[in-house]
Formats: sequence, C-alpha cells, structure tokens
Amino acid sequence: MAEIIDMPKLSDTMSVGTLVKWNIKQGQTVAFGDILGEVETDKATMELSCIVPGTILKIYAPAGSQLPVGAPICAIGKKGEAAPEPSAAPAPKAAAPATAVPAIPDKTDVSCLPAAPASSGSVAPQSDASRAKASPYAKRMAAQAALNVAALSGTGPGGRVVGRDVAAAASAPAVAAPTGPLNVAVAPPADGKGIQPDADIPVGGMRQTIARRLLESKVTVPHFYLEVEVDAAPLMAMRESLNKRLADSGADAIKLSVNDFILKASAEALRRVPAVNASWAGTSIRQHGAVHLSFGVALEDGLVTPVIRDAHAKTLKDIAVEAKALIGKARSKKLTPNEMSGSTFTVTNLGMYGVTGFFGIINVPNAAILSVGATIKKPVVDAQDRLVIGHRMVIGLSGDHRVVDGANGAQFLQTLKRLLEEPGLMLI
Amino acid sequence: MPVISYREALRAAMREELKRDDKVVLMGEEIAQFNGAYKVTEGLLKEFGPKRVVDTPISEAGFIGLGIGASMLGIRPVMELMFWSFSYVAFDQIVNNAGNIRYMSGGLIHCPIVIRGPANGGTNVGATHSHTPEAILASHPGIKVVCPATPYDAKGLLKAAIRDNDPVYVMENTILYNDKGEVPDEDYIVPLGVADVKREGTDLTMVAHGRAVITSLKAAAVLEKEHGVSVEVIDLRSIRPLDEETILASVRKTHRALLVEENKPFCGVDAQVAYLIQSKAFDELDAPIHRVSSIDAPQIYSKRLEDQQLPDVSRVVRESLKVLA
Repeated sequence: MAEIIDMPKLSDTMSVGTLVKWNIKQGQTVAFGDILGEVETDKATMELSCIVPGTILKIYAPAGSQLPVGAPICAIGKKGEAAPEPSAAPAPKAAAPATAVPAIPDKTDVSCLPAAPASSGSVAPQSDASRAKASPYAKRMAAQAALNVAALSGTGPGGRVVGRDVAAAASAPAVAAPTGPLNVAVAPPADGKGIQPDADIPVGGMRQTIARRLLESKVTVPHFYLEVEVDAAPLMAMRESLNKRLADSGADAIKLSVNDFILKASAEALRRVPAVNASWAGTSIRQHGAVHLSFGVALEDGLVTPVIRDAHAKTLKDIAVEAKALIGKARSKKLTPNEMSGSTFTVTNLGMYGVTGFFGIINVPNAAILSVGATIKKPVVDAQDRLVIGHRMVIGLSGDHRVVDGANGAQFLQTLKRLLEEPGLMLI
Repeated sequence: MPVISYREALRAAMREELKRDDKVVLMGEEIAQFNGAYKVTEGLLKEFGPKRVVDTPISEAGFIGLGIGASMLGIRPVMELMFWSFSYVAFDQIVNNAGNIRYMSGGLIHCPIVIRGPANGGTNVGATHSHTPEAILASHPGIKVVCPATPYDAKGLLKAAIRDNDPVYVMENTILYNDKGEVPDEDYIVPLGVADVKREGTDLTMVAHGRAVITSLKAAAVLEKEHGVSVEVIDLRSIRPLDEETILASVRKTHRALLVEENKPFCGVDAQVAYLIQSKAFDELDAPIHRVSSIDAPQIYSKRLEDQQLPDVSRVVRESLKVLA
C-alpha cells in the first residue's frame, strides 16, 4: 500500500515550507532513516528523513517549490505499484508521516541542547508560556497565520483570544503596510549601468517571518525607550586579562567576546530586576522563572535569534561556548526551531559596526530588548572633575509598556550598568 | 403544493403505504373505530377494513409483542402508542426483542416494525405522560429513532420507516399535529440518517430535533433582527443513525454551537452531539458548546411552570448570546 508523504509541520509557526532540494529520484529505493531532502521553514533548513521504507513512486513537488503544511510531496510504496493520486486540496494537518531531524548535531553540540530549567537561583516561579487562554479555533488560525496567540489581547469571555482577535491581528499589518507590488514608477539608471540591476527579489521564508513578526511587534506593542552610557573600561580590562589567562591555558582555548559579558550581565541584571523577565498575556502578566536569553545573529540574507536556555544558571564560560556554537549553527542554517524559540529576553549588538547607539524592536513575547553600541574613546569628566579619556558604551532598552514601566526599566538599566562597570559583582 | 397539517401528513404516509404494500398493517389502542386518540388514523378503518387497521387491548407489552412477532414473519406492522410514555411497560419487547433479534439470529430474522406516537411535554398532562425517550432508545444498537419537526419530514420519515427492514421508532409531537406546511401529494421519502439545514447562517450553529427545531428557527429570526447574528439551524430529523457530517460541516463554518432539545439534559441526545463536535471538530471551536434542554426535573404539572421548563425562544436567544460572547 503506497503512502503519501506530506509537507511536515516542523515548527509551531510553520504554515508553508520550501523544498530546498531532493536527495532522491523517482524509482529509487529508500530505507528507514535515509535523508530524502531538505525543507526550509520560516526558521531553519531541516533534513527530511524517511520513515517509510520502499520505492519512491512519485515526486509531487519539484525542488524549489513552496507548499503548505500537509501538501503531498512524494509517495513511497512497493516497486511497480501505481502512485496514488493525492486529493485535490490537501487539508493542512499536523501529523505527517515523515519526521524532520535537525541536521546531525555533533558531539560538541551537546552542551547547547536545551537543558531542563534549573530550579536553584530562579528569580520567580516557573510558569508555562504555552498556556495562553485561547479557543481551539483561534489557536489553529494563529498557527496558520504564524501569529503568537500569547501576544494577542483577547476579547472573548475572561480575555480569551477568539477567532475574531486572530483575524484582526492577521489583517491589521496588511492595512498598515500595503504588501502589493510597488506602483511608483522608478526610472532605470540613465547610463544603463546602475549599481545593481533593477529586480524584484522573491521573499524567502526567513525574510517573511522577519517582516511579519517585527511589524506585528512594532504596531501592537507600545514601545518605550531608555538609554544609558556605561564606563566600559573595567569590562575591557577584565576581558583582556581573562582572555590572556585562557589563551595561556592552551587546550580548549576560548576567547570571550564583549557580547558574552553583556549576555552574562543581562542574565544577572534580570535576576536582580525580574519584572523585566516577563510577557504580556492578555489579561495577565506572565513572569518567567528562568532567563532564556536570545541574541541576534546577522546572516547574509537576514537575522535569526538563537536562545541560550537557563542563562541565569550558567557561567560566563558556559554562555561563551554556547553562544559560539549557536552562532556557528545559525550561519550554516542548522538551528532547529527549538533552538530559536521560547526566549524571555533578547540582546542585540551592533557595536562591531561602530554604531554608537540604537533601539531594537521587541522580540514578542519578550517584554524588552537590549541594544548594545560600540565602545568608543571620548573625553569624560571623572569623579575628581578632571577631563580624561573614557571608554564609553551606550546601551538602550526598548520596553513593552504594558509589562514594564519607565521606573523598572530604568532600574534594570541602572543595575546592568553597575554590573558592567563593576564586573566583579557578577560573581555574587 | 398542497398545504396540510403534520397530522394529515402522517395519515397520508400511512394511507400511501397501506395501498402500496398489502403487508402493511396498523395496530394500536383506539386507532380504528375511535379514529385514534389524536385522530392521526382517522378514516383509515373505513378505507382499508378491520384486517389492516386493528384496535388492540390496553396492554402495550401484549400488542407490541404481537407486532414484533408478526414482523418477524413478514408483516410490516405500524404500531401506535397513545403516548411514547407508555412504551416503558413494553420496554423488554421494544428494546430486548425488537432491537436484538436481527443480531442474535445472525441476520436470519428481521424485525421491520414501526412504532409511532407522540413523545413530548408541554401539554399539561403530567410527569407520567410527558416522556421523551428518544435518547434512551437510540442508545441501543439495532434501533433506529426519528423525530420529525415539519409536515414534510413527518410524511417522508414515516414512509422511510415503514420501508426499512429494522425497527424504527417515530416520535411525534402533539403540539405540532396542527402545524401546517407544504407536503407533496406524490410518493417521496426522507431517508433515515440525513439531517436537514432548515436555515443557513454563518455565525452560530443550532442543532435541534423535533419541536426544538421550530423554537430554534424562531430564536434565529430574533437573533438576526435584534442582534444582527446569522444563525444556521440544523434539524437532526434522525437521532439514530445520526448525520454527523452535516453537523460537523456547519460547525466548521460557524465555529460556535448551541444544542437545543426538549429532552431532559442528563444523558440527552445533545450530550452525544456535544461529544461528537468536540472530538471531531475541536480545532474549529471558537467558544464552548452550550445546551438548552428541558429543566432537569420530572415534568411539572403546573402549566405556567411547565412552559418555563421547556426551551422557549427567549432562553434560546439568551444562551445563544453567551455562546457568541
């Protein structure tokens, strides 16, 4: 009996997948565990492994095609058997007879697998972020529209998110930002040799996700912005000394980046000001017991935000090693959806480009995002009123005003500033 | 098309089937010489004679048992119960004998009996005469149960019941006997197990059977006029077999459901329908399923209180608005 393999649902928000490539041909024999091909979701490229051994009877979808979840992609059966006709309009469904596995984690990746939330040192009781109050229909609609139900405010009884709320959220951005082709006529380069050819570049899964999620955040979350300047000299000094010592120790020489210190300090600041480690949940504010720290990684064609789980319970070295592994996976597009979801706070850093200060868009359902600028030398007035050369870094915080007020946002930045200026405090 | 009453539609069904098939026989208390306690069989004795239209003693266990035996030997009896409430003294015959004989004989013996009569409250006849046993009987595999709400369905369902080879129990409603509607003169049947969309809508699905369909249609009109809500009304017509797909298709469209029945709520038909919807259309639901049933007490004798006990338009509207919140 031939089986039709459907486009699997590989992440909570996946509604469409792109068949990046096929490793198999029609007529080929496949065994359990063979990698049939690769699927690009809105978040990552995943391998599609075979769980139905047999002969590939038919490939319904050529490489490069974009298909909704549940659409037939190929059929596997006995050699010589006729390929079944897939039903005309495949209903999207969650259960697909194929599983995708994250591309082969090697042994060093073990340390960055998500660990169970550590109970010691938690700043607030653990609560389950998946328990947003929403009707089953609203949840299904949200999954199809790749919206986060927890980020919507419900108009149903007791604040329940119902179908109309999802419909409103799904259509709101379309009103705010027309997505149709640009109607304005733009003249081609007069000399016929512009800096690049005129072209419409098709938008891939990742770019669409960025566009949708950030627009949703910017138009539905009331952002406010705070900024503080930090004396980065002590941090630089500590980094230099630690890196020297690490280099001397040889063996698994790791090098700590400025960002690693900022990640560690952010986790510690959240422990001290836990009100920022929270999410808006419609009729309640959900406080999170663990700090799951997300950070932006720029890619050639976009941006991803991998998550360091339980950052509050990890050492600076743990964080540095894990961040490095996640960055590597991000660049090779091998991050799993799990490694990119469930964050409680996000750090972005444009310091390496010399940007002195900026404000990020909140990564919903986080309550805030930290933006880190470059450390630059500039004249400062010191405690003794002398004009001296300072190493200064500007850090900004964009907060969701539904969850965080100016005062506790400021308290968080103040705490973070103290931790960065006296990095020894991170030890206690 | 002729407009006739629900009562006349039932009579037309029986007359047409008596003419079509000489194996069809009517039996029951006072159905022949007295023309029926509710005049459903009026004139049929005169037309078909005492061998086809038979008065029975006042003993349901006896005459239902007689009909079941006759049906096993090839007669197609249509038995009238003056009230379905009286079926309880013939429960062994109705459930144990009629419902099981085909299964226990390995399919060798069929029991093509029809039992019909009124099964409703709301007529101030007290607790012992107001039972609605459609859920109780439909819970037995081997038994088919239908509850027509309109004259058209009354004729079509009764004819389908008479032609069916299994026991089919037709539950009528004395309050509907005088309701009029268009009914074709010619031969037609309404197949068992096919629900009917009595009104199309987009915002809320009401599922009902029997007289609750009429109440639901009135409530739907009020909801549209006063609240701008578009209600779809599904008439189950047949309790068992149950047309699951028509219910589910409507819920997939409206995402909200209110179930209305004149049964008591505990283990009622709509308990089963609610289970069906949540199990097969869980992801379609935008609100909890609500039910409107008779108030859970023995049928109240006081007319004023009994009127409150049965689902009425205002209660259906009120409950609809809760589902639509």
